[in-house]
Amino acid sequence: MIKIINIGMNHETAPVELRECFAAEVGGLVKALTAMRELECIKEGFFLSTCNRVEALITTEAAEEAKQFVISMMSRLGNIPEENFSSSLYTFEDTDAVRHILRVASSLDSMVVGEPQILGQLKEAYAQASRHKTSGVIINRLMHRAFHAAKRVRTETQICEAAVSISYAAVKLAKKIFHVLDGKKVLLIGAGEMAELAAKHLIANGVSSMVVANRTFDRAVQVAELFDSRPVSFQEIGQQLSEVDIVVTSTASPEYVITYDQVKNSFRKRRNRPLFFIDIAVPRDVHPEVNRLENVYVYDIDDLKGVIELNMAQRQQEAVKAERIIQEEVFKFDKWIKTLAVVPTIVSLREKAEYIIQNEMKRSSYAFTDLNHEQNEAIQNLMRSITEKIINDPILYLKKKAASPALNTYLDVTRKLFSLDHDNGSE
Amino acid sequence: MTFLWFNLALFFELLATGGFIVFIIKQQKWVFKYSYRILVAGFICHTIFLGCYYCALGTAPVLDLKSALSFFSWSIICAYLVFQIKFRLMVLGSFVAPFAAFLMIISSIMPWFEGQVKPIFKSLWLTVHVGTAFMGNGLFAIAFLAAIMYLIQEHQIKHKKFGSFYDRLPSLATLDSINHYSLVSGFPFLTVGMITGSVYAQYALGTYWQWDPKEVWSLITWLFYAALLHERLAAGWRGRRAAVLSIICFFILIFTFIGASFWLGGYHSFSSMGSR
Repeated sequence: MIKIINIGMNHETAPVELRECFAAEVGGLVKALTAMRELECIKEGFFLSTCNRVEALITTEAAEEAKQFVISMMSRLGNIPEENFSSSLYTFEDTDAVRHILRVASSLDSMVVGEPQILGQLKEAYAQASRHKTSGVIINRLMHRAFHAAKRVRTETQICEAAVSISYAAVKLAKKIFHVLDGKKVLLIGAGEMAELAAKHLIANGVSSMVVANRTFDRAVQVAELFDSRPVSFQEIGQQLSEVDIVVTSTASPEYVITYDQVKNSFRKRRNRPLFFIDIAVPRDVHPEVNRLENVYVYDIDDLKGVIELNMAQRQQEAVKAERIIQEEVFKFDKWIKTLAVVPTIVSLREKAEYIIQNEMKRSSYAFTDLNHEQNEAIQNLMRSITEKIINDPILYLKKKAASPALNTYLDVTRKLFSLDHDNGSE
Repeated sequence: MTFLWFNLALFFELLATGGFIVFIIKQQKWVFKYSYRILVAGFICHTIFLGCYYCALGTAPVLDLKSALSFFSWSIICAYLVFQIKFRLMVLGSFVAPFAAFLMIISSIMPWFEGQVKPIFKSLWLTVHVGTAFMGNGLFAIAFLAAIMYLIQEHQIKHKKFGSFYDRLPSLATLDSINHYSLVSGFPFLTVGMITGSVYAQYALGTYWQWDPKEVWSLITWLFYAALLHERLAAGWRGRRAAVLSIICFFILIFTFIGASFWLGGYHSFSSMGSR
């Protein structure tokens, strides 16, 4: 009986120090696939390695041997001893493995649930596997089902649309205000991981120019270099306010950096163009009163968290829907894989029929010598269609029973009834 | 035959309205596609109706409130279809279609105009005057609807309360630019409509301007829109304040359209047009 086995680690089971050992290895994927192809007991193999996960997927008839091989192969790839990472590994078999792969493809297993990259990475890994001819009937089918499930999750639920991180929420809000961020100008005040992440997100979404201000000018220069932008001094902020569209603040300043009057004064020069403040600092940098100005929108960290929590609640419902879709797809795949079990019996049934035809033809061939080609053909066809009709019902019956728990009994009876195991046609 | 086209137009526009309402709730793209096609079908029927009616009367069919409302509804849909090509904003239909259908419903329950059309109305000037003025009105209606959408969306973003409209409505910038474009394009129409009206008055009544209530109110409407446009273009008004003003302007316009025709008398009133 063939088994589908999935061994891997993800952001939940393994710390980043461990995951990066695998991610760093260039060409590791090809090495893994080659090793899998060469091993006899592994029928089909698939390998995925991203910064958040390592997954090996195999089909085999010798489960234990294959598992051991995969683990030792991983140890060689990551260049770390087995005992150092074996506790971080998870192993899924059959239905669980199928479900896991489908969840991975649909980004339900991702660190940032709903992030779209994983599907692309999976597709790329699958392309590699088929290029190196390690994927076969089962993995091909499984991958296509996984892509299909991912598509369904993406189109039928809103799980991918929900904002998950502060910076993503900020970008989404900015888009609700400005529609597109192309050509917009950002002022980054202060530094810090979160502010830089927000800036990075804004740039990735089309923001064209950025200025960086910091109380210590040296630091501003440093950060500006990071983003290929222009540093300005802290005193220039007021003047910059009349030019920029989005302000990201995250200073450690105990009092407000941006005051009501400052923003108000900038507005004549701005000609009322909207201004969006993303205030990530605690304590806050932008005076709350600023939000009362027309065409000014101030979001502090709590507001942004509020946006995210709102999405989280929505996401809970969407996640239930997504899991239901996965369950449906797992069920469909399961049904298919079970039909695989009846395939050998059906094949031997057909072979037996063909064997009988050939044998009987040979035996009666002396009587057919006078027949011309057409008549000969007709006789062959006649025999074929008779045998086809006889074995057709048993075959249909077996296929129907493929998902039944008593399948083995049915297979057994069929093999005995037609004595498939003794009389294999080559006596 | 003419009335069949009217009923067909009414039917399709109501159907499209239903579709657009389903679309804004369900957010399914195919619902929009069908609703849009149905609306276009309704618009075509409506256009044929106007054409037939024009030929039957020998002048633009605006001499009673029923036809005027139907023409208003037609011009709104016309403006919407043009904007749809430019902005491709699906949700706009969910606001425009109900509004246009609402006007059509009122129009449909009124009696048909009976009686002779006075020869004075059988003039190309009238057609141009009414055609341009209504096209302006249609575009201002779009500006009005965009302003309402803007205020809803702005309120949600400003007060950080995200209702079910937040995802369904487009960005503030989009709504503001729809408001802007419809004002900029509607204003010349209104202006031309007023000038041709005055030329027509000279030709038909012998005077350019005679302080008819509708003339006065049209001038007030025109001044309000002129002020709004000036603030927008010269002073850089945008966003909330511009939206609020364009809503006020539209209410004045509606008053001019309906109020001046009914309560204030004068030669623009429908009652004077029907009398022989």
